[in-house]
Amino acid sequence: MPVAVSLQDVSFAYPGGPPVLRDVKLEIESGEFVTIAGPNGGGKTTLLRIILGLERPSAGQARLFGEPAHDFHQRFRIAYLAQRTQLGIDAPAAVREVVAAGRVPRRGLLRPLGSRDRDVIAGAIDRVGLSELARSPIQRLSGGQQQRAYIAKALAGEPDLLVLDEPTAGVDVDAQEVFAAFLGELHQELGVTILYVSHEFGAIERFVERVILVRGGIVFDGRPTELPTSWHDPSHVHP
Amino acid sequence: MSILDADFMRLAFATGAVVGVLAPAVGFFLVQRRMSLIGDGIGHAAFAGVAAGYLLDVSPVGAALVAATVAAVAVEWLRGRHGAAGDQALALIFYTGIAAGVVLVSAAGALNANLFAFLFGSILTVTRSDLELIVVLGVAGLALIAVLYRGLVAVSLDAEGARVSGLPVTLLNVILAALAGVTVAVSMRIVGILLIAALMVLPVIAAGRLAGSIRSTIFLAMGIGLASVLVGLTISYYADLAPGGAIVLFAAAVTVASMAGVSLTQRLTTG
Repeated sequence: MPVAVSLQDVSFAYPGGPPVLRDVKLEIESGEFVTIAGPNGGGKTTLLRIILGLERPSAGQARLFGEPAHDFHQRFRIAYLAQRTQLGIDAPAAVREVVAAGRVPRRGLLRPLGSRDRDVIAGAIDRVGLSELARSPIQRLSGGQQQRAYIAKALAGEPDLLVLDEPTAGVDVDAQEVFAAFLGELHQELGVTILYVSHEFGAIERFVERVILVRGGIVFDGRPTELPTSWHDPSHVHP
Repeated sequence: MSILDADFMRLAFATGAVVGVLAPAVGFFLVQRRMSLIGDGIGHAAFAGVAAGYLLDVSPVGAALVAATVAAVAVEWLRGRHGAAGDQALALIFYTGIAAGVVLVSAAGALNANLFAFLFGSILTVTRSDLELIVVLGVAGLALIAVLYRGLVAVSLDAEGARVSGLPVTLLNVILAALAGVTVAVSMRIVGILLIAALMVLPVIAAGRLAGSIRSTIFLAMGIGLASVLVGLTISYYADLAPGGAIVLFAAAVTVASMAGVSLTQRLTTG
């Protein structure tokens, strides 16, 4: 399988600060469903920013689909879903407008949407089960529906890499389980590479193929079943 | 005698129509980025521009246009490159602008009625050359918003996501800031430097309560802005009031009415 993300001996420190990451080696193949987890302050957000090319490593090399991450030319292949608090959920926007915004990077800033773009947007809305609410203001949707609308926005760009940053922060345990199952279905149907970054991974560990734990470096990289029992989240008990 | 018989009122209405439509269109994107007060900060920089215009004996509107656009881009630069919080960047521009304005006005000996007209708007001071400049800049501003509409919406909804996916977020932010500067400069003749920010924000707040999509919010806000200017100018003509105050009070009344109307409707529908 082609490699989507590659980090070779990556270290990082903010100017004048202590090292945040040391000697990180990581490869994520296209089509994998991976969670990057770890305690707050452990370096996972920095690792994510390096993967996405938003920060350049102090040492080592970060590559996206074979190109240097900071100079990646096909950024429209990446869809990034920020934390809920950073999204314009309080904007007076209809669901369809939110989803259509996700098509802009793929289409280009100045090119108008064509019929295929409109089909892709409608398909993304349908895939997350919001077709009947496509014209509804996003403010009037439930938290779960808003989250699905933003997933549809990400899918409208037909991404090769879908990155979710703390998508369930502030969401109750049941809603986390529903969202995790939804992402599991999505991964099976689309085969898109999914990078799920969170300080908690209890809900998602049933569906991901790899868990990567970060604490100043990678302290665990393997299948969820290989995790030491004490590292599982007790708030998510699965049969 | 009809209100439109007077040449100065025709100029005021024509200018006001451009301002009433442009200000909320730009304001929508500022409100979504939680930069509602940037118009105030830029307005104070425009004041320095007006004062510099008097001192250098050049067009006050032209000088204000340069000062407002530079200030707007400076706010964005401070936010983007130097990590200053939006309110801190605004405070720096706000106070520097008003202080520079006061110093320049004192140096030009221009503390007179003309300056008062720039601060609070005046229906008597719009010239034909002002109108030509304002129409050109207003139409250009609206055309730019139309061309960049989808990108501006994408950044409004999720700036970080847009950046990761390759949209030129910094460039769009700078363009939006420059548009805010242009809007302040073209609006100050009618609404006044001290009140222009209100015309960029209040119609958007009112429309946001009533409309169900971004597109309908923008068009409704433009309609409210236009109505505010036309009604405010008419009241100003008949009651001999500063137009800026009349325009903004009407816009504020529409905003309060929309809030009350929506609140009442929700109570009635939820029992």
